[in-house]
Amino acid sequence: MANLNTWEQFWYYLVNNGSYVLSQFVRHFLISIYGVLLAAIIGIPIGIIIARKRQLSAFVISVANVIQTVPSLAMLSIVMLGLGLGVNTVIFTVFLYSLLPIIKNTYTGMASVDKTILDSGKGMGMTSFQILYMVELPLAMSVIMAGIRNALVVAIGITAIGAFVGAGGLGDIIVRGTNATNGGAIILAGALPTAMMAIISDLVLGFFQRRLEPKKV
Amino acid sequence: MPKENPIVVFKDVKKVYRGGNIAVEHINLTINKGDFVCFIGRSGSGKTTAMRMINRMLEPSGGTILYNGEDIHKTDAVKLRRRIGYVIQNIGLMPHMTIYENITLVPKLLKWPEEKRRKKAKELIKLVELPEDFLDRYPSELSGGQQQRVGVIRALAADQDLILMDEPFGALDPITRESLQELVKHLQEKLGKTVVFVTHDMDEALKLATQIVVMDSGHIIQNASPSEILQHPANDFVEDLIGEDRLMQARADVTTVSQIMLKNPVSITPGRSLSEAVRLMRQRRVDTLLVTDDDDYLKGYIDIETLNTSYRHATSVSDILNTKIFYVVDDTLLRDTVDRILKRGLKYVPVVDKNGKLRGIVTRAAIVDMVYDTIWGDSDDGGESGSEKNENTSRSGAASNAREV
Ligand SMILES: Nc1ncnc2c1ncn2[C@@H]1O[C@H](COP(=O)(O)OP(=O)(O)OP(=O)(O)O)[C@@H](O)[C@H]1O
Ligand SMILES: [Mg+2]
Repeated sequence: MANLNTWEQFWYYLVNNGSYVLSQFVRHFLISIYGVLLAAIIGIPIGIIIARKRQLSAFVISVANVIQTVPSLAMLSIVMLGLGLGVNTVIFTVFLYSLLPIIKNTYTGMASVDKTILDSGKGMGMTSFQILYMVELPLAMSVIMAGIRNALVVAIGITAIGAFVGAGGLGDIIVRGTNATNGGAIILAGALPTAMMAIISDLVLGFFQRRLEPKKV
Repeated sequence: MPKENPIVVFKDVKKVYRGGNIAVEHINLTINKGDFVCFIGRSGSGKTTAMRMINRMLEPSGGTILYNGEDIHKTDAVKLRRRIGYVIQNIGLMPHMTIYENITLVPKLLKWPEEKRRKKAKELIKLVELPEDFLDRYPSELSGGQQQRVGVIRALAADQDLILMDEPFGALDPITRESLQELVKHLQEKLGKTVVFVTHDMDEALKLATQIVVMDSGHIIQNASPSEILQHPANDFVEDLIGEDRLMQARADVTTVSQIMLKNPVSITPGRSLSEAVRLMRQRRVDTLLVTDDDDYLKGYIDIETLNTSYRHATSVSDILNTKIFYVVDDTLLRDTVDRILKRGLKYVPVVDKNGKLRGIVTRAAIVDMVYDTIWGDSDDGGESGSEKNENTSRSGAASNAREV
């Protein structure tokens, strides 16, 4: 009975605060996307470079690993010391967490391209840049996409915590719910869309990842 | 040696890998336009290394390589590679590109217009007898042999006149391999392409090459035409590589009948009496006698059976002379005779010169001897096998006299 009550309250909240929830939803999504995109812009080239210079790979990947092991709340606080309260802190934190899966997958994807294919490409007179964008990247793309997919799901979770540093997003609704007496319904109004966003992102990127899968010879 | 039209010239080329491993050294080699050159040698002998320096996939550590008279070190490596077709052992088709995109990759790099590329692709796919709709397939949708066909035509798509192939057919079944060998031979002969082909299959090399380059531990051991290699292998290593069977075959290819015939065959003239004939047979322990006239012209033969049955009513050799005799001329190649001797079940065949004069006989035993010589009879063999060989020769001498019909 109480459960049903909470659901009723949840619907009531959604109907009355629909535009607020929607705007936080969009904000939440954008924060996550920005962080991941930034990580992709930096991380993919790093992945490419360490795939070319294997000696660097161990070092770079272990640095990214260390970043990953810092608990997200601690990371938020540390970044906040530098960037202050607000949305930038969250974007930067998301960026840091996304680096590892993106760098690692780019590296793995590039390294797993069949050497004989690269050799034949070079032998046919492709420049190393042509080999990169006509052969290596297309063949590594599905693995890179898997890294981005991973990063985005994690990012959506981290962004939820970002409400603590005043970045807004669906986490903001959850915080409100925890502060209100009997705020279960409000918490749901923040938590359910967050979960949905994570699941749908995962499905959509998973679809792209499969589409990009290279055909096996 | 005057060479008409060199397309690739190696001048004292050397390649040292990191760590000081000398892969090839003192490579001097001229490849002429239209040649089919096979590099052959054991694994690790430096064949791939030598080949990959031609399209600058590897840089020599010393010496120079000329391509069409130009020092390749001074050319742009990328442009050079677009002018030279390259087929690697694992085919190396791009898995994410269609067959069409694969074939026309180099033309695309060279910025050919789309229609020209399309036309070329259709022309080439026809050349290897694959259906045109294969152009839209991906490599994974083709069999290994079909993929390698595409690999071969991909190396021709930009009208390259030099094609490098590194053990391209090693992984294929014999029938597919044969049809692809025919294809590249056709390309070389009919389209005038120059082919440099790495293999460690001597049969393949002998079949395809106009020039065979035998390599061992980074050095060229012998560089010659297939027949030259077969007839005059430079050393034991080359002989080993060629193999006993082929060497014997090759020896049969150049040995004439007169080289292995036994001279002084037992013969008699038609005017002699039969008792003389019998005495001669007993004395020489043979069962047939060749019959010649006084000037040694072969007339026929007599054998012990006829002699036995006609002893009472015949008196001279000419009475029982059998003129139906199979003989060979002394400068016939052994190759052409062996089969006939074996097929007719003959124990021996008389050998005559061009005028019909009896010169000797070729026996089965002599053929066996030749086989024996080829396999074990190297002159620098140990004393034991040498004496064995002598024994055998004398045994075969006896055998040649103990003719049976
Ligand atoms: N990248 C490399 N670094 C160091 N040594 C190498 C390298 N590539 C080849 N070698 C060495 O150089 C020698 C010649 O190698 P190469 O690949 O030319 O032989 P190959 O005749 O093509 O043999 P295979 O028939 O096995 O292909 C070998 O001893 C090999 O170990
Ligand atoms: Mg090799």
